[in-house]
Amino acid sequence: MINAIWAALIIIGFIVGAITGNLDNVTASAIQNAKGAVELAIGLIGVMALWLGIMKIAEDSGLIRGVSKLLKPIMILLFPDVPADHPAMGAMIMNISANILGLGNAATPFGLKAMEELQKLNRRKDTATDAMVTFLAINTSSVTLIPASTIAILSSAGATNPTEIVGPTIVATTISTITAIIAAKTLQRLPKYQIKKVKGKGGKVECSLK
Amino acid sequence: MFIEIMEILSKLAIPFMIVGIILYGIIRNIKVYESFMEGAKDGITTAIRIIPSFVAMLVAIGVFRESGAMDMLIKLFSPLIELFKIPGEVVPMIFMRPLSGSGAQGIMSELIKNHGPESLIGRTAAVMMGSSETTFYILAVYFGSVSIKKYRHALSAGLIADLVGLVSAVYVARIFFG
Repeated sequence: MINAIWAALIIIGFIVGAITGNLDNVTASAIQNAKGAVELAIGLIGVMALWLGIMKIAEDSGLIRGVSKLLKPIMILLFPDVPADHPAMGAMIMNISANILGLGNAATPFGLKAMEELQKLNRRKDTATDAMVTFLAINTSSVTLIPASTIAILSSAGATNPTEIVGPTIVATTISTITAIIAAKTLQRLPKYQIKKVKGKGGKVECSLK
Repeated sequence: MFIEIMEILSKLAIPFMIVGIILYGIIRNIKVYESFMEGAKDGITTAIRIIPSFVAMLVAIGVFRESGAMDMLIKLFSPLIELFKIPGEVVPMIFMRPLSGSGAQGIMSELIKNHGPESLIGRTAAVMMGSSETTFYILAVYFGSVSIKKYRHALSAGLIADLVGLVSAVYVARIFFG
């Protein structure tokens, strides 16, 4: 899926660019974005180190275990395949809380850490698990309560009361997050997306995608 | 009231988290500096690991947008989307939001500037911006970081949520500001 989409974006982009006589700009933007991507990632190194460092302290001191225990009922409902005391739960809780508070910079490191932990539970390393999909569905539907940069743009454009968009934004983002969870949980049951469990040699259970 | 509380909370969250976590570590007799170092080392490798998917995604989306292919896609689907009583001006947001955060922010800024920050169109775009996230980018980076190649239902679930979120943003904005 991602292969087709990625290739289509690039190939269609260059073809359209050639037809409209825009090829120079398209090429320049490819180069520019490649450079920008690395700059973005490099800029992330410091922030990642800071937050994962802080998180490690929270983990070693048992703080994350405590918070996880508190949120256990919800987390088990959302991620039934992840053991309640697994580090993945803690990282996911940190990620979702950071997102809710609008701390995008802190949310990404926690999110990537969560994926790493979820991957440890994954028996088929190239295939997404139900927990990963549910977790990313929550992430892609945005759970930010205060859209800070949007408020800043509104206010610089001269809005008298830019925070008035907060109410409707919370309503809309709640609808999208609930939809995301329902969609992830429903789609995972479809035969098309089933991970078939087959008994491998020596009684070892192996999974394969239908 | 709620907004003020949230704003204060956002501002205090980072200092509180850092100080609170370190203090708690000290109380529990943890070697906080060594723990931090261990975690920080992890952070650096993770940041490096996501570079390939960063480059792949940003280049593809940049090429698609710059070439004008994005505009064509939007024009092609606009009539269909207008059937849902969505104003034509905000239709580009529906396509751009899942693909590119900066692109969607650009469209939103333009709508706010041209229609005014107090117009229904401007406010609708603002609510749409906050109702969803850049699905393609998040999936590529997060799955890329652990070398997952088969996304299964992740993209479908993400895009369904985007569509429902963005369309309901239009209706919700109309109820609040219409």
